Amino acid sequence: MAFPRPRPARAELPRQRVQTLQCGQGAVRAARFNADGNYCLTCGSDKTLKLWNPHKGTALRTYQGHGYEVLDAAGSFDNSQICSGGADKAVALWDVTTGQVVRKYRGHAGKVNCVQFNEEATVIVSGSIDSTVRCWDCRSRRPDPIQVLDEAKDGISSVKLSAHEILTGSVDGRVRRYDLRTGQLCSDYIGSPITSVCFSKDGQCVLAASLDSTLRLLDKDTGELLGEYTGHRSTTYRLDCVLNEQDTHVGCASEDGHVYFWDLVEGSLALSLPVGQGVVQSLAFHPRLPCLLVATQGQVTLWREDTFQ
Amino acid sequence: AVESSGSEEEDLVSYGSALQPLQEGERIKKPVPLQEQTVKDAKGRYQRFHGAFTGGFSAGYFNTVGTKEGWTPSAFVSSRQKRADRTILGPEDFMDEEDLSEFGIAPKDITTTDDFASKAKDRIKEKARRIAGVVAPIPGTTALDDLIGPSKITVGVELLRKMGWKEGQGIGPRVKRKPCRQKPDPTVKIYGCALPPGLSEGSEDEEDEYQPENVMFAPKDVMPVDLTPKENVHGLGYKGLDPSQALFGVSGREHLNLFTGGSEETSNLLGDLRHSKGRKLGITGQAFGVGALEEEDDDIYATDTLSKYDTVLKDEEPGDGLYGWTAPKQYKSKKRPERELKYIGKILDGFSLASKSSAPIKIYPPPSLPRNYRPVHYFRPVIIAGNENCCLQKALKESTGKLESDPAQQSRHALNAAQRREQLGETELKGPASSILEYLSEKDRERLKEMKQASEQQMKAKIVSQQSPNSKFQPASPEDAAHKWRMLLGGQLANAGSSDFKPFAKNPEKQKRYENFVKSLKKGEKDTLERFLDPNMTEWERGREQEEFFRAAMFYRSSNSTLSSRFTRGRYEDDVDKVEVPRDQENDIDDKETAVKMKMFGKLTRDKFEWHPDKLLCKRFNVRDPYPDSSVVGLPKVKRDKYSVFNFLTVPEPTTSVTQATNEKIQESNSLNKPKKPSRWDVSDKEKEKKDSISEFISLARSKADIQQQSPVPATEECGTGTSETLPTLVANEDKNQEEESGRPPMDLFKAIFVSSSDEKSSSSEEESDEEQQPATSERESETTKQVDVPDSSSSNVQESVTATTDSGISSLPTSKQELDATEEFGPKLPPAFSSATFPGPSRKEKHRKIRERHKTKKERKHKKEKKKKHKKQKNKGKHKNKKPEKDSSSDTTDSNDSLSDMDTTGLSPKELLRR
Repeated sequence: MAFPRPRPARAELPRQRVQTLQCGQGAVRAARFNADGNYCLTCGSDKTLKLWNPHKGTALRTYQGHGYEVLDAAGSFDNSQICSGGADKAVALWDVTTGQVVRKYRGHAGKVNCVQFNEEATVIVSGSIDSTVRCWDCRSRRPDPIQVLDEAKDGISSVKLSAHEILTGSVDGRVRRYDLRTGQLCSDYIGSPITSVCFSKDGQCVLAASLDSTLRLLDKDTGELLGEYTGHRSTTYRLDCVLNEQDTHVGCASEDGHVYFWDLVEGSLALSLPVGQGVVQSLAFHPRLPCLLVATQGQVTLWREDTFQ
Repeated sequence: AVESSGSEEEDLVSYGSALQPLQEGERIKKPVPLQEQTVKDAKGRYQRFHGAFTGGFSAGYFNTVGTKEGWTPSAFVSSRQKRADRTILGPEDFMDEEDLSEFGIAPKDITTTDDFASKAKDRIKEKARRIAGVVAPIPGTTALDDLIGPSKITVGVELLRKMGWKEGQGIGPRVKRKPCRQKPDPTVKIYGCALPPGLSEGSEDEEDEYQPENVMFAPKDVMPVDLTPKENVHGLGYKGLDPSQALFGVSGREHLNLFTGGSEETSNLLGDLRHSKGRKLGITGQAFGVGALEEEDDDIYATDTLSKYDTVLKDEEPGDGLYGWTAPKQYKSKKRPERELKYIGKILDGFSLASKSSAPIKIYPPPSLPRNYRPVHYFRPVIIAGNENCCLQKALKESTGKLESDPAQQSRHALNAAQRREQLGETELKGPASSILEYLSEKDRERLKEMKQASEQQMKAKIVSQQSPNSKFQPASPEDAAHKWRMLLGGQLANAGSSDFKPFAKNPEKQKRYENFVKSLKKGEKDTLERFLDPNMTEWERGREQEEFFRAAMFYRSSNSTLSSRFTRGRYEDDVDKVEVPRDQENDIDDKETAVKMKMFGKLTRDKFEWHPDKLLCKRFNVRDPYPDSSVVGLPKVKRDKYSVFNFLTVPEPTTSVTQATNEKIQESNSLNKPKKPSRWDVSDKEKEKKDSISEFISLARSKADIQQQSPVPATEECGTGTSETLPTLVANEDKNQEEESGRPPMDLFKAIFVSSSDEKSSSSEEESDEEQQPATSERESETTKQVDVPDSSSSNVQESVTATTDSGISSLPTSKQELDATEEFGPKLPPAFSSATFPGPSRKEKHRKIRERHKTKKERKHKKEKKKKHKKQKNKGKHKNKKPEKDSSSDTTDSNDSLSDMDTTGLSPKELLRR
């Protein structure tokens, strides 16, 4: 007799604040989990990058070397390296343990808005307001990018990578997906400037947040609209959007100091998390747990589900 | 140490195979040094690598035929006693076994053994055997073998026999015989190989047979095609003389009628031969073929009897000139070649006609002389260039004639790269032109030339006038001129006269001379200057030309160096009207806009393009290159007309309705270092307002609020760098104009100036932002209503709220809201860093901090005001054009303060956090 499969636990949303990190690095431009979600990086407007254990609330290391504020960062899969991009137009590759800049990639003509490692941390993909996405080689010593994706007509606000795809959101209102495997570029017109894009965990959908205060869930292959989520306010700033760890909810930061979560399928507002009064600047969702990292102004807060002790 | 922790060992995971444990007292084996590493063959003998064909090993003794003892012949040993067991040595006896192995030079093949070999009548083998029998010392031994040898019958033959097959029959179902075969016409000549005797006999036999109608016969045995390779040097189709025919069967053959057939000569020959017939046997073989010059060739295939051959070398030939000729005698009947006709006269005694005519003497025609070849060498007299000699010189010149001497051919060493290239017919390398002339249009060049000529004329006139009357048509001697010009030009000539510049392009000869001239000038060889001048010209002409060259060199040199240094060659060729544009472009957004409005995402809003990732990128992503053959990277491009309308049609740049409201001054200052680029951001915002009632509402509300906020202090708004574009207040919402980025002074500057060390990082940064705004605002009074949201650390919002709550007295703060964004940005802004509001559940500590913060801000504001003044001065000095100088000037202080504050904060925050 076969037992039915246990139903997956109902997705919980982070509702209670369990940690607050006073980052002390000016405005926190971005907060990012590392690959396994045990640590996080905060990018400060005081040119520093900090590594934390957000669950314990301890600061582990400060990385100094950028010439202007740091706008985004990402950790490699093996936690050995960090890449970051800043307003100094440079992309930096850091060694986690020594805290030194291993390499700096210069070539962007404007602020670097977003950086990502590929799966094996052999390539850094960075997007800049100079409307280019550049792919930098971490393996060789060549100073120029492997490839420059200059199809965007306006600044790049967000870049995400999958195993074989580069997803970019641009201020020109388009979401572009470069598929390396099939050699295709799919450009989806959204209209409003894109602030953030992300893949769903199953790799089938693309979530795009735009400045018309709307989140859209698009089918990756056809570009069809699967869902639309509204209710938050996003008209000015570059705010992050996320999917939770089970792809059941989509979340987005808002300018009214809240974080909103919608049911992915129904599109109904599931949760409005009051974080603070300022703009919620950056969001990061834990890869496996219902755990949310929220950066607002000078601090970062960690939120867990209600049942968490 | 290994034994000490046995338990630990169990936990360990070991990889690979362990080294053998060392025995006590055993020494570690040293690795074999390279020179002692040797290669051995299968039998353990040393081998030396050579890299030759067969395995690459050495042969013999160090590749010689010698031995270790030297190359000594073996001593003679009489073999008399063991003559019987003396074996015949074959090549194999001298080979190594490697040579006999599969890859050697004489591999031993796998052959079918006798058990499986066909015993069917292999006629070829049969024949060979027969021949061998004749050749063998004892003729006919093979026949004996046949009798003695056990008959082995292979399995296949046995099987066939049991099925009713008999030797000599073909295999297959029985068939009816064809009625009759035509008998070959004996008169028809047969060329080529003689038919194998067996076959011809068989066919003859068949014809005689009686063939009843209803009888079936076994199929004829098919003679397989003879595929044996030709291994000898005999002629095609040669076969050894059949001994049975040659020796015994002559008379049995009717067509071998020696006496009847043939010409007279043949009968003569046979008559001769009859004497020797039967005397000796032993020569076999049959010549084949008919010489090209022979006419009669009848019977030559059939008349292969030994009697036709000379078997003895006779000392005298009958005089037919065929001494030693062993071929059938009928060849002598051939007409001799015309050689004999050559000499008809009487041959002297003791002489004979040469059998071989000597080859005709080859006569080589004399080389054809060049047209202007003169058989006498002419030494040109060296004449001092003096006026009294000029007539003589002229005469001499004329006498030498107009020898065309091409300077380019004087010496290959005298050529420069361009000349060589020209001679080789290569195309000119593309590179930056070193001459400014290249950049001039044709017309300008003409004008330059005219000018040059004009000046030349003047100079000439001057020179002529200076000269003494009797040397009227002679300019200063070349040496003088050279000196003169050298002085004129000084060292500048070093880079004069590039090869690209051709002042005498119309006259290539002259141009060449000019180039050589300039080259030598560059090297500073004064003496050789004259060498490059045309020797055929008169002295006067040469002098004039030299002068001309000097002038040209100087003229073009000056323009060259002064102007060319200021230009660089365009990266792309200007005259090419094509430009590369992406083949596919995202088509216009109007349709898409409507589609988006109708929420019809999908095909309508999607554009798909072929996109070529870089090969390396694919490698790094562990993805196969989707276009392995293409060298394109990115979107495929096509060439289109540069100014084609179509290049621009696809770029939908809606003009932004940005009003330029601010004063001109600011614009000027900004425009210098900040080109403005309207961002799509603005557009969308505006559009959005039109479309979206909610957002419109919001923005309206916000703008109202903004106006209220701003009204108290209108004077403060301009940011440090100033933004030139402002939006009308109505439109003004959070979206402000964006320009280029990064004009903003670094925070550190302000930190350095204004921050007093505090443990509150947040407060300090807040202060900074204030500072940032204030100097700017005070400096410029411009009434921009535009709202700038501060992407930077301290937000206007923050400040507003701070001031509102704490300190209404300080009015300037709220107004400073807009600044900051001095540094125009593209795209969505970064949110402000801090707001005064504490988050929902602030701890006591935080409240406390806030209060402290406020105090501090008050204090510091005073500070600020002072500093502001200073700052203002600075700015006025620096014209405020770019902020970098400011930053630099204050960077020292910044750093120190920075580090201080950083230390404070960093030191504090973890502590705090831990406490919490």
